[in-house]
Amino acid sequence: MSSTSPSHLHLALALDGTGWHPASWREPVARPRDLFTARYWADLITEAEEGLLDFVTIEDGLGPQSSHFLDPDERTDQVRGRLDAVLIASRVAPLTRHIGLVPTVVATHTEPFHISKAIATLDYVSTGRAGLRVLITARPNEAAHFGRRTIPRIEAYDSPDAQELVTDLFDEAADHVEAVRRLWDSWEDDAEIRDVATGRFIDRDKLHYIDFEGKYFDVKGPSITPRPPQGQPVVTALAHQTVPYRLVARQADVGYVTPHDADQARAIVAEIRAEQTAAGRAEEPLHVFGDLVVFLDDEPGEAAARRERLDALAGYPYAGDARLFTGTPAQLADLLQEFQPAGLTGFRLRPAVLGHDVPQITRGLVPELQRRGAFRSAYEADTLRGLLGLARPANRYSPRLSASLEPGGTPIA
Amino acid sequence: MTKPLKHIHLAAHFPGVNNTTVWSDPKAGSHIEFSSFVHFARTAERAKFDFLFLAEGLRLREQGGKIYDLDVVGRPDTFTVLAALAAVTDRLGLTGTINSTFNEPYEVARQFASLDHLSGGRSAWNVVTSWDAFTGENFRRGGFLPQEERYSRAKEFLATANELFDSWHGDEILADQATGTFLRDAKAGAFVHQGKHFDIHGRFNVPRSPQGRPVVFQAGDSEEGREFAASSADAIFSRHATLEAGQAFYADVKGRLAKYGRGHDQLLILPAATFVLGDTDAEAEDLAREVRRQQVSGATAIKHLEFVWNRDLSAYDPDGPLPDIDPNVSEEHISRGRAQVRMYRDPLATAREWRELAAANNWSIRDLVIHTGNRHTFVGSPSTVAKTINEFVQADASDGFILVPHITPGGLDPFADQVVPLLQEQGVFRTDYEGTTLRDHLGLAHPDTGVLRERAAS
Repeated sequence: MSSTSPSHLHLALALDGTGWHPASWREPVARPRDLFTARYWADLITEAEEGLLDFVTIEDGLGPQSSHFLDPDERTDQVRGRLDAVLIASRVAPLTRHIGLVPTVVATHTEPFHISKAIATLDYVSTGRAGLRVLITARPNEAAHFGRRTIPRIEAYDSPDAQELVTDLFDEAADHVEAVRRLWDSWEDDAEIRDVATGRFIDRDKLHYIDFEGKYFDVKGPSITPRPPQGQPVVTALAHQTVPYRLVARQADVGYVTPHDADQARAIVAEIRAEQTAAGRAEEPLHVFGDLVVFLDDEPGEAAARRERLDALAGYPYAGDARLFTGTPAQLADLLQEFQPAGLTGFRLRPAVLGHDVPQITRGLVPELQRRGAFRSAYEADTLRGLLGLARPANRYSPRLSASLEPGGTPIA
Repeated sequence: MTKPLKHIHLAAHFPGVNNTTVWSDPKAGSHIEFSSFVHFARTAERAKFDFLFLAEGLRLREQGGKIYDLDVVGRPDTFTVLAALAAVTDRLGLTGTINSTFNEPYEVARQFASLDHLSGGRSAWNVVTSWDAFTGENFRRGGFLPQEERYSRAKEFLATANELFDSWHGDEILADQATGTFLRDAKAGAFVHQGKHFDIHGRFNVPRSPQGRPVVFQAGDSEEGREFAASSADAIFSRHATLEAGQAFYADVKGRLAKYGRGHDQLLILPAATFVLGDTDAEAEDLAREVRRQQVSGATAIKHLEFVWNRDLSAYDPDGPLPDIDPNVSEEHISRGRAQVRMYRDPLATAREWRELAAANNWSIRDLVIHTGNRHTFVGSPSTVAKTINEFVQADASDGFILVPHITPGGLDPFADQVVPLLQEQGVFRTDYEGTTLRDHLGLAHPDTGVLRERAAS
């Protein structure tokens, strides 16, 4: 378990292109021509590690970025194109030692079997620092990239048709994660025996068919990749409404939410905890992180001015799902400490301009939080689960565990 | 006038789940921990090899309804390991097997294009196919694919991936911070593909990578496999053990290139080969015998025989004679997930041939399996092995070899230290990398130049 003090908060960094502001690439520090190089990502993630952050997430998608809610656009004035997030994480893993690596994976069109072994392998190449951020896509154009199914066009998320579609996609994502998690457990930790006397490399009784049967797919198992170092890499998801809160409650270790004030944060956390109880996971640790877009500058007012300047370049005021913060690192520290008592255990910061705001976080916000006794002063664990205070889970297929289970009940031990 | 000496291409296959891996040797390390891959890749790069190769499997092998437990079981994900290896090597090519049956072109294309960017142009794809419902049980498509469709799907898969790679031409990203133009072309990555197996359209979201397209490898020896390679691959794996068989295969496949408008050097023939080195040839022969006995235990020999007999032979003594019952020729096979099973297309004939071979040599079951192993093996002192490899290449039995050591991960070290310097002295193997991309190492053209020229002309 982690030695993190309960008053410590967890900090993650959300990496996307040159930053979350659509005009971020035009800042002198942005390096837009390096976006498709390993060096670019290695520089950012090693900087985040210098700041002792818990983990980075890496955005991804199965189509080009767009300013529209569901359709592609044909803009030429914003960053378009990206590299596969799992491969970026893997490419950077050998260059880092402590920071967690959490790439985005899209559950809607991918194979749970492939995702499971990819993230298990990321856990091997990073020696226990892998996670994933699961995402759905309701974009018809992305479905057309695969040609296996048609996603009906919806006009707004709050129509009944849209709710039904989104519920289906999230249920499928929950099944996807369930299959992935079972595959991680499909090898017991001590399955590899290398018993020269009997000539057996594995004890086949410690490998398990997962026999997952769901509405959208079945998976037999076992995995081809042995159980990863963390046992279960860390599963995370972003959620804005009840349906995705339910996915977080059922399957995630970390949920990202987007409250705009402390009261809203409290209400969201309560809803997620209720869903967690309904899902029978009340006793399991589940982090709820607040997501914030941040513009940080040392001088008061400078960040707001920068935001205005970037909005003018973009041609419209940038506003997303998450609260947008402009101010000094000390002011941000105040805000985080104001939100934290609402039940948030950490924050995922989305830097408006990576080249500018990442160093503001690592060299400004982090020392400020450390001065306040609210953030670690050194990495206290070698694995991502360790940093997050999550125990290495027992294997669901291990006889020791099932022996302590009443049918349908929770572990006694 | 004497023919100029050909330059040898060398690659290293990380030994995985097969009975040539001697996991019981005290020197054998992990086949999963990343440190093993780092050691292996750095040895290959130190030796100036063209590339490292990783195989893939998508379902654990079974025999008689049980997971096969006598060989190494389990391996990591191909793409993820290759991307991580790009961080600990600078020049080594990174080749991975990726199945075209249980993947989708959009996803595989973006993974290879990403790997090519992240490795600075070192990615390669060994395109394989599968059709069995057994493997399909792990995937959404479930997918039993009629056997006759496997190459048609693979060809269309590769053609579609190439359309995606070519949907970006390489000059779209302007990223002009002053004017605010990021993309030169509003429709960068636009593609439409309509075919028998794939009907997809939209926008590919990975810009053109350093190699334009990954290098493409093909493995498989059937008539369709040879045509597929001649039409679409940059290199082919083969498994022809003798000089004569190698030459015949080489001539056959290279002879098919012209009808696709391709030159003799546009397809490299690279057979897999194992090796055993000793201080002297005699010592190496002794060692090779020992290795074969480590590779083929009594239990392994019985299991191997079951590939052909398609029955439970566990009652037979591996040190005794071959079974006198005939193979079961039913469709349902006792051994599943094994490529080897398909090698024995006429089990009755194979059984007859093996019985005769065993009788003539007074071989037990285990002796027979030891002697009929199909791997091409170089056995001898370093100078003998260097000489033999060079003879094979100069005699057009191959363009080089993909070496498969039997020890993980240190098994390549003696070859790098003892054989490579001899090949370098003979002037038939590089002493340093001439370029930075895998296409550079293999002497293959970069496809993007042609595309850009076309675009400029249009």
